[in-house]
Amino acid sequence: MMTAPNRSAIWQILERVCDPEIPVITIADLGVLRDVLIHEDGEVEVIITPTYSGCPAMNMIAVEIRLALKAEGIEKVKITTQLSPAWTTDWFSEEGKQKLKQYGIAPPVDASPHVRQLFGQETGIQCPQCGSTHTQLLSQFGSTSCKALYQCQDCKEPFDYFKCHR
Amino acid sequence: METAKNKTNQALFNVVLSLADSTLILSHRLSEWCGYGPVIEQDIAMSNIALDLIGEARNFYDYAAKLEGAGKTEDDYVYFRESKDYKNLLLCEQLNGDFAHTVVRQFFFDSWHIHFLDVLRNSPDETLAAIAGKSFMEVSYHIKWSSEWVIRLGDGTEKSKQKMETALEALWPFSGELMEATEDEKILIAAGILPNFEQLKTIWMEQIMSVLTRATLEVPTGKNTVQTGGKTGRHTEYLSYLLAEMQSVQRAYPGLKW
Repeated sequence: MMTAPNRSAIWQILERVCDPEIPVITIADLGVLRDVLIHEDGEVEVIITPTYSGCPAMNMIAVEIRLALKAEGIEKVKITTQLSPAWTTDWFSEEGKQKLKQYGIAPPVDASPHVRQLFGQETGIQCPQCGSTHTQLLSQFGSTSCKALYQCQDCKEPFDYFKCHR
Repeated sequence: METAKNKTNQALFNVVLSLADSTLILSHRLSEWCGYGPVIEQDIAMSNIALDLIGEARNFYDYAAKLEGAGKTEDDYVYFRESKDYKNLLLCEQLNGDFAHTVVRQFFFDSWHIHFLDVLRNSPDETLAAIAGKSFMEVSYHIKWSSEWVIRLGDGTEKSKQKMETALEALWPFSGELMEATEDEKILIAAGILPNFEQLKTIWMEQIMSVLTRATLEVPTGKNTVQTGGKTGRHTEYLSYLLAEMQSVQRAYPGLKW
């Protein structure tokens, strides 16, 4: 039996929930976890935002949140998906970017062309294997909505790049 | 006063449902390429675009359900309506054809979609603005993909150019519906909720001309509003076949969950 839930304790529990598709980063690193509200009747409302509109991981993330809270005895949980303001890679934590890189995914680079620019690609993307920036875009679309496919021109290794999205 | 408000609400419901249907049906068409793409990267690209569009469709269906207030879910709209109740653009239901047809269909749609959402994200309707703001960033990748392919195939080999010309001629008559306002849309444009379609028409045409010029392709000369009516439920024969396949499981086992 738990006493009245405390916001920072709940935040700490949720901070440990990992992204189901990139299990080295948490939903807090990603910026998917937006807020936690504790209502007068004791209900805990968790506010999350999708990375991409069709991201299939969102359902799984909601399940993981419920399980993590249940393990701590918190069962009265409401999960609210909030679309606005729209998620951007600017919400990615620095720690999260480092974890991505170690995992073999190039983290988002800030100097991306404006979304309205029709042609031209992002530059300065570093190969997570050898560190070279001599890399080339193979496809804007990768294994998940949030990633593009690149290849290193030095070590020749193909790799995923977490697209700069804003 | 009250009736004017009701009229706007009814128009809003119809238009939101129409946007949901267009993005769903185009998503479904693209998903038909899954496993059949010309190369793996393009197979993945089309599946990714389909995924973004279905995400957008779900947001619109969710909003439609709230507006209707009858306790329906997105599944009720998707699985239990007949083709005459669907309000999608005719362009979206056209067959994939060859890769050139799919690219041209996407290019016409994206060239409208990106500019439509760009204005809609500042709509006074907060839900529409939130959905548009979210999808706008995603569609910026779609328009890059379809424009690059128009250029690559148009300015490619003799054969690829000829296939693009055939696809442009075939789909051009469907493209005008994107910017032809229905009575419901006119109500919302007048209320400042939807973008001005005349301005969209100009921006769309500029986009089409600039990319087709780079692709060394000609803009088709015929009227582009020959085939319209999808937004009010008048469809081509292709939609019923698509729905029959998409709805088959729910029609056989209503309410089935997995």
